[in-house]
Amino acid sequence: MTQSIPPTSGVAGPTGAGTPAPDPGGLPGGDGPEQGAVRGMSVWGEAFVRLRRNPAAIVGASIVTLFLLVAVLAPVIAPYGALALPGRTEVTPTTIPGPGELEGHPLGLDRFGGDLLSKLIWGAQSSLMIGVVSTGLGLVGGMVLGLLAGGFGGWVDSLIMRFVDILLSVPNLLLAVSIAAVLGQGEHAIMVAIGVSAVPIFARLLRSSMLSQKGADYVLAAQTLGLSRTTVTMSHLLPNSIGPVIVQATLTLATAVIDAAALSFLGLGGGVPYEAEWGRMLTYAQAELGIAPQLAFLPGLCIAITALGFTLLGESLREALDPKSRQR
Amino acid sequence: MLRTIGRRLALLVPTLFGLSILLFLWVRSLPGGPATALLGDKATPEAVARINELYGFNEPLIAQYGTYMGKLLTGDFGVSLRSGRPVLDEFATRFPATLELTAFALVFAVGVGIPLGYWAARHVGRWQDQLSVFLSLGGIVVPVFFLAFILKWVFAIKLGWLPTDGRQNPRINATHYTDFYLLDGIMTQEWDAVWDAFLHLVLPGLALGTIPLAIIVRITRASVLEVMNADYVRTARAKGIGADLIRNRFILRNAMLPVTTTIGLQLGLLISGAVLTETVFAFNGIGRFLRDAIFYLDYPVLQGFIIFIALIYSLINLLVDVSYSLIDPRVRVQ
Repeated sequence: MTQSIPPTSGVAGPTGAGTPAPDPGGLPGGDGPEQGAVRGMSVWGEAFVRLRRNPAAIVGASIVTLFLLVAVLAPVIAPYGALALPGRTEVTPTTIPGPGELEGHPLGLDRFGGDLLSKLIWGAQSSLMIGVVSTGLGLVGGMVLGLLAGGFGGWVDSLIMRFVDILLSVPNLLLAVSIAAVLGQGEHAIMVAIGVSAVPIFARLLRSSMLSQKGADYVLAAQTLGLSRTTVTMSHLLPNSIGPVIVQATLTLATAVIDAAALSFLGLGGGVPYEAEWGRMLTYAQAELGIAPQLAFLPGLCIAITALGFTLLGESLREALDPKSRQR
Repeated sequence: MLRTIGRRLALLVPTLFGLSILLFLWVRSLPGGPATALLGDKATPEAVARINELYGFNEPLIAQYGTYMGKLLTGDFGVSLRSGRPVLDEFATRFPATLELTAFALVFAVGVGIPLGYWAARHVGRWQDQLSVFLSLGGIVVPVFFLAFILKWVFAIKLGWLPTDGRQNPRINATHYTDFYLLDGIMTQEWDAVWDAFLHLVLPGLALGTIPLAIIVRITRASVLEVMNADYVRTARAKGIGADLIRNRFILRNAMLPVTTTIGLQLGLLISGAVLTETVFAFNGIGRFLRDAIFYLDYPVLQGFIIFIALIYSLINLLVDVSYSLIDPRVRVQ
C-alpha cells in the first residue's frame, strides 16, 4: 500500500565522460573497499561505504537480518509446529490464555489453541517468503517491460507505457485483489497478485532512468566504438540505470509484506484459518479484540517492524546513491 | 490550458477502453468461467449450459465483448449477484459514505501534514525535526488495518469515547435525503445527527489518513528545506520583506509544488485503504462492499466498481495536474 515516493533524482551515472561503466557485479555487499577514500571507486562501492556509516542503514539491516534468521531457523526455534494446536482444550469462547498465564506458552494461545510465539515465528517465514517472491516477480516483469520500452523506444515504448498506464489507473491493492480473484485463494495467488501490481512502478522507473542516461557521453562513446545496440543497452545503459530500481525494490519489499497481510486479511489467503501468517492472525483477532488484544497487536507489530527494516534500508540506499548527497 | 485538459481527457479514453478489455477477459478467466462464478461450485452441468445459453457465453469472445461494451456505454453495468440490484445503484448509494470518509482523511492528512512538515523543516536537525521524521516513518510502516485495530481498541473499546462501528447510531433516527449523512444533518438541522455521524467518522478517518499524512509530512519537509535556502528567499530577506510574507509567498508557495502532486498520488492509497478501514469499522461504503464482492466473487460489482474507481482516480489526477499549473506559472508555459 505504501506507494513510496519515487526517487526524485536518478542514480549517479559515471561522474565524468570516459569513466568506465560500473561493474554490474559490484552490488552492495560485494567487495567494496574498506578504506574511507571515496575517489576512484565504483558507484556501488562508494554507496556501500556510505551505507556503513549511516546508523539508519545499520538499524534497517539488523532488523532485516534478525527477521531473516528467525524465518530460516523457524523449524529449530519455534516451540511448536506451524499448524500445531497444543492448547486446543485450554481455549473457550470467553477465555483465551494471555502472555504468561499458561506454562509452556510464554505469549499465550490464540483462539484456535495455537501457541502464539510459535505462530509469530512461523509467520515470519511465510510473510518474508511472500514479500521476497512477489517483489522478485514484480522486479523481473517490470524490468523486462522497462528495458523493452527504454531500449527500443518508438511504438514499442508507447504500447508498453499505455499498458502500464492502464494498470496504474487501478489502485494497487484493488489490482492485486482482482488478480488474486482469478488465481483463486492461496499463498501463490497472493504472491503473483502483489508481484504483478508492482510491475508498473518498476517498468516506469527503469524506463525513465534509462531515458535520462541515453544522451550521456559514455553511451555515445560506446556507440562510436561500434558496439551493437544490444551490447550498449545491456552492458552500458542498464547497469547505469538500475540504481533507482534497486532502491525501489528494497522499499517494495516493505509494502509487499504489508500488502500480503492486507490480502490475507481480506480473506484471499486460502488454506486453514489457523495458518501461521501475520495478516491471517490479525483477521481472526478481530472478534477477540476486547478480551485478547495481544492477538492483534503482536502480529501487527511484527509486520510494522519488518516493514520498518526494509524501509530504513531502502531509504539509506537511496541516500547513498544520490549524487547530491555524494558530494558532501 | 483548455487544450491540455482536452488532450488529457482524450488520453483517458484508450486507458479506460483498455481497462474494460482487461476486466472483460478477467471475468472470462475466472475459475470455472462466468457461469460457475454466477452459480457457484456445485452447479449442475445442465444449469451451467443454460446460463451459458442465456447470457450468451457461448458466443465468440469478440461478439461477447461487443455486447458488454454496448451495455457499458449505455450505463448498464449489470446487477449484483448478491443483492440483485443494479451495480450502478449499489455504487451510487455507497459512494457518498466513502467520499465523506476519504474527505475527512484527506483534510486531516493535509491539515496536519503540511504544518508538521513545515515545522520540522524550520527546526531541521533538532528534536522537533526528529520527532516528525520518526512519526512519519511510523505512518508508513504500520499497516492501515492494524492502525485501525489499535485506534478501535484504545478509543472505542477501552476508553469508550468513540463508536466502534457503523456510520450513525440507528437510535438517532435521522432524516436522510441523500447518502451524505453530514450533509443531510446540516440540511435538516438535526445537529445531534451531524455530531453522531461526525463521531463515527473520526476513528476510520484517522486510520485512513495516517499514511497520506506521513508521506505529506516527508515531502513538505524535504521541499521546504530545499526552498528555504534558495537565492530568492535570501534576496527577499535582504530586501527586508516581512517574515510572514516570505513564508507565505516565497517559501510555502514554491514548496507546495511537489506536495500537490503527492496529495494527488495519495488518492489511490486512500481508496485501497478505504477497503481495509471500512471493513474494520463496518462502515457501509464502497470499500466494505468491494470487500464482500471479493469474498463472494460478485464479479459484476467488482467489474463495475473498478471501472468507476479508475475513472474517478484518473479524473482526480487530471485535476491535480491542472492545479499544478495554476500554482506554478512555469508549467503553463511548457
